[in-house]
Amino acid sequence: MSKLRQIAFYGKGGIGKSTTSQNTLAALVEMGQKILIVGCDPKADSTRLILNTKLQDTVLHLAAEAGSVEDLELEDVMKIGYKGIKCTEAGGPEPGVGCAGRGVITAINFLEENGAYEDVDYVSYDVLGDVVCGGFAMPIRENKAQEIYIVMSGEMMALYAANNIAKGILKYANSGGVRLGGLICNERQTDRELELAEALAARLGCKMIHFVPRDNIVQHAELRRETVIQYAPESKQAEEYRELARKIHANSGQGVIPTPITMEELEQMLMDFGIMQTEEDRLAAIAAAAAGA
Amino acid sequence: MPQSADKVLDHAPLFREPEYKEMLENKRVRYECGHPEHLVTEIGDWTKSWDYREKNLAREALTINPAKACQPLGAVFAAQGYEGTMPFVHGSQGCVAYFRSHLSRHFKEPSSAVSSSMTEDAAVFGGLANMIEGLSNTKALYNPAMIAVSTTCMAEVIGDDLNSFIRQSREKGSVPEDYNVPFAHTPSFVGSHVDGYDNMQKGILTNFWEGQERVPGEGINIIPGFDGYAVANNRELKRMMGLMGVSTTLLGDVSDVYDTPSDGEFRMFAGGTGLEETRAALNARATLSMQEYCSPKTLDYVAGKGQEVAAFHYPMGVQATDELLMKISALTGKPVPDALKLERGRLIDAMADSQAYLHGKSVAVFGDPDFVYAMARFLLEVGAEPKHCLATNGGKAWAEKMEALFATSPFGTGCNVWAGKDLWHLRSIMATEPVELLVGSSYGKYLSRDLGVPLVRLTFPIFDRHHHHRFPAWGYQGGLNVLVKLLDVIFDKLDSDSDTAGVTDISFDLTR
Repeated sequence: MSKLRQIAFYGKGGIGKSTTSQNTLAALVEMGQKILIVGCDPKADSTRLILNTKLQDTVLHLAAEAGSVEDLELEDVMKIGYKGIKCTEAGGPEPGVGCAGRGVITAINFLEENGAYEDVDYVSYDVLGDVVCGGFAMPIRENKAQEIYIVMSGEMMALYAANNIAKGILKYANSGGVRLGGLICNERQTDRELELAEALAARLGCKMIHFVPRDNIVQHAELRRETVIQYAPESKQAEEYRELARKIHANSGQGVIPTPITMEELEQMLMDFGIMQTEEDRLAAIAAAAAGA
Repeated sequence: MPQSADKVLDHAPLFREPEYKEMLENKRVRYECGHPEHLVTEIGDWTKSWDYREKNLAREALTINPAKACQPLGAVFAAQGYEGTMPFVHGSQGCVAYFRSHLSRHFKEPSSAVSSSMTEDAAVFGGLANMIEGLSNTKALYNPAMIAVSTTCMAEVIGDDLNSFIRQSREKGSVPEDYNVPFAHTPSFVGSHVDGYDNMQKGILTNFWEGQERVPGEGINIIPGFDGYAVANNRELKRMMGLMGVSTTLLGDVSDVYDTPSDGEFRMFAGGTGLEETRAALNARATLSMQEYCSPKTLDYVAGKGQEVAAFHYPMGVQATDELLMKISALTGKPVPDALKLERGRLIDAMADSQAYLHGKSVAVFGDPDFVYAMARFLLEVGAEPKHCLATNGGKAWAEKMEALFATSPFGTGCNVWAGKDLWHLRSIMATEPVELLVGSSYGKYLSRDLGVPLVRLTFPIFDRHHHHRFPAWGYQGGLNVLVKLLDVIFDKLDSDSDTAGVTDISFDLTR
C-alpha cells in the first residue's frame, strides 16, 4: 500500500476542476500509471470525459435503490474508462435536500472496504467547491490524499476560494499527513493572472504547479465528452496537460503545510497589484461620479 | 383510594382496583377515540393471516421492532472489556444514556460511559471543542487508564474526524501525548452493534499494536464478541483453557465489570484485559474469534500482522465446542484433557435422557447472526427443528451459512432463514407457520403472548428475568444450561396444557 499515491483536486465551482483533473489523469495514464478516480461531487461529472459518457451508477444512487450501501458490489459502481482508468462517482442528493457531505464519507468508506484501492498507483479525488463541511474534508483525512491540488484562476473569488481551501487543509495538516501540493491556475485571461497566481502561491507558501493557458480546444473536446488528450492528442493543449501531469507526478512528497492569509491580506494583495482600489478610494470615486452626474 | 400505607399494593393489583379500572375506562372512552372492540379483534386476526403475511414480507420502507441495536452500543461494550477503560461516545448525551441503560437493564450492574455532550452549536461548528473539553474532563473526573472513543449519528453526519480531533486534543493538552485514546467511527445508521464491537476492537488493537515489531510467540488470543452471557461465558472459556493448560488472552473481558460484588466499595472499573497484556497480544501465535460476525475487520487486521486467525459461531453445543477445543489443541499441541471429555459425555448423556421431549420440536430463533447459527446447530443436535431462524443484522453470507447448516441434518429439512427481517415479520411468519417454542431475547415476550408460544430467553437483551447471564451457554457445561432452559419451558408448557382437573389432567404427570 505504501506506493499508492493519493491526490485530490479542490477548487471553486465552475473553475474547470473536473476538466483539469481528467485531462491530467488522462496524461498520467499515458505515463503508465494505474488510476482510480473518486468523484466527490453530487453532480457526478468527475469522470464524464474519461468514460465519454456521464456515469449514471453512482454509489449513493445505487445504494438508495438497493436499500443500503451494504447491498452493493464494487462491480456495480466501478466503470472502466480511457486506457483502463477506473471510474467511480459518489453521487449524492438533489440540490436542497439531504446531506451530500455524509454521502462522500459513505462512498469513500464503501470503496475502500470493497477493495477499489487495490492494484492502482493513483487514487484521485475530485471534490466539489470549498471544504464546506466535514464530509467534504473526508478525502484529506489521515491515510487519504497526501497532496491537495487547488485549481484556481486570477478572478478574485477563485483566489478567495483557494485561500479558504488552504485553511481547510491547514486544519488537517497540523495534525496529520495531508499537504498542499500546489496551485494549478486555469487561465481566465484576467489582469496580471499569472503574477497574481504566483503571488498567492508565495503567500500560501506553496508552488504554482502549472499555468494552463486558455484554449478553445478544451471546449471542443468537452462537447464531445472527451479529454483533450483523447480528442486532439497532438495539440498544444494536450502537451500542456502532459506537462502538468509530469509536474504532479514529480511532486510526490513535496507538498507543504499552507500558510493561508486573511481576507484583508488578500484584498491588500490585489490592491498592491493595482487591480483593486482601497475602500476609501472606491467610495470617493462613487461619490465623485454621483456628484458629477 | 385502594392504596394504603398498611398494605401497599404493587402496580399490577393496584390498577385492577375498581377506581383505577373506571379511570382507565373513562380515559379510553373520552380521549383515546379507539376503534370498536370487534374491529380491533377482526384486524388483529387478519394480521395473523397469510394475506397479511405476504403484505408484511413485501414491506420495504419501514422496520418494526428490529432485533438489533446500533453500532456505538457494541463499541461501548467492547471498550468496557479493557482495564480501567472509560468508553467515550462523541455525540449527544441521550445516545449514551441509552447505551448505559440498555446494558444496565440486562446485566443489573452499573454501566459507565461518558459523552462529549454535543448540542446544536457542535453540529454547526463541528465537535472539536467538545472533544477537547470532554477528554480532559473524563480524565480529571474518573481518571481511567484509557479512554475509548466512538461516535453517534450526529458526529458522523457532520463528518467529525476522530483521528484529527484526538491529535489536536493532545496538542492542546487535553490529555497527555502518550495517553491511550483508541477510537472507532461507529455511525449508528450503518450496520448494528456487532459491527460497532468489531470497529472498536480493531481501534483498540490498532492503538496498541501500530509501530510495534511482532515477535512471534506461542500465546493464543480470544475475542469473545458481543455477548449478553459474557460474564459467565468468558469465565467458562477461561476455565476450559485452564483445564487445557493453555495460556490465553481474552481481548476484551467484561466478566468482572459486569459482575461486581456488593461489599461496600463501588468499582467503576473492574477487571478487564490489562493494557500491557493487550500490547503483548501482538506476539501471540493466533487469534480466535468466538463470533465471526462480531470481528471481520479485526481479524483482517490481526491476520495482516502475521498471526493465524480463525472464527467460530458462538461455541454452544457439542459440535461447536468440539471444534473450538480441537482447534486450540491443534494450535498448541496440547490434547483435550479427560476432564473436558467427561463433561462432553455428560452433556450427551443428558441430551439423550431428554430426547423424547425434544425430538421433532419446532422452534423459532431470533438474535444476532452468530447466536442464531449456534442455537440452530444445537437444536439440530438434540433433534429439534429450527424452523424459523431470524437475524435482523444477518446478511446474504449469513443466510447461505444457515442454509448449509440446515443441509447437514434431516431435522433441517424445511427450515427457513430470515436475514434482515424484523420481529413484526416474525410475528406473521409464526402466525402462519406455527412453532412450539420461541428462542430469543426479552423482546420475544410480545410474540409469545400474542401467539401463545412459550419463550426461552437465551440472548441479549434479557431485561425481565434476572441473572441468567451468570450461567454459561458456552462449552459443554453451557450446553447443559441451555438444554435445561429449553426443557424447563417445554415441561412447564406440558403441565399448563394439562392442568384442568377432570378435563385434561389425565396427562398431568408427576414423572416426565
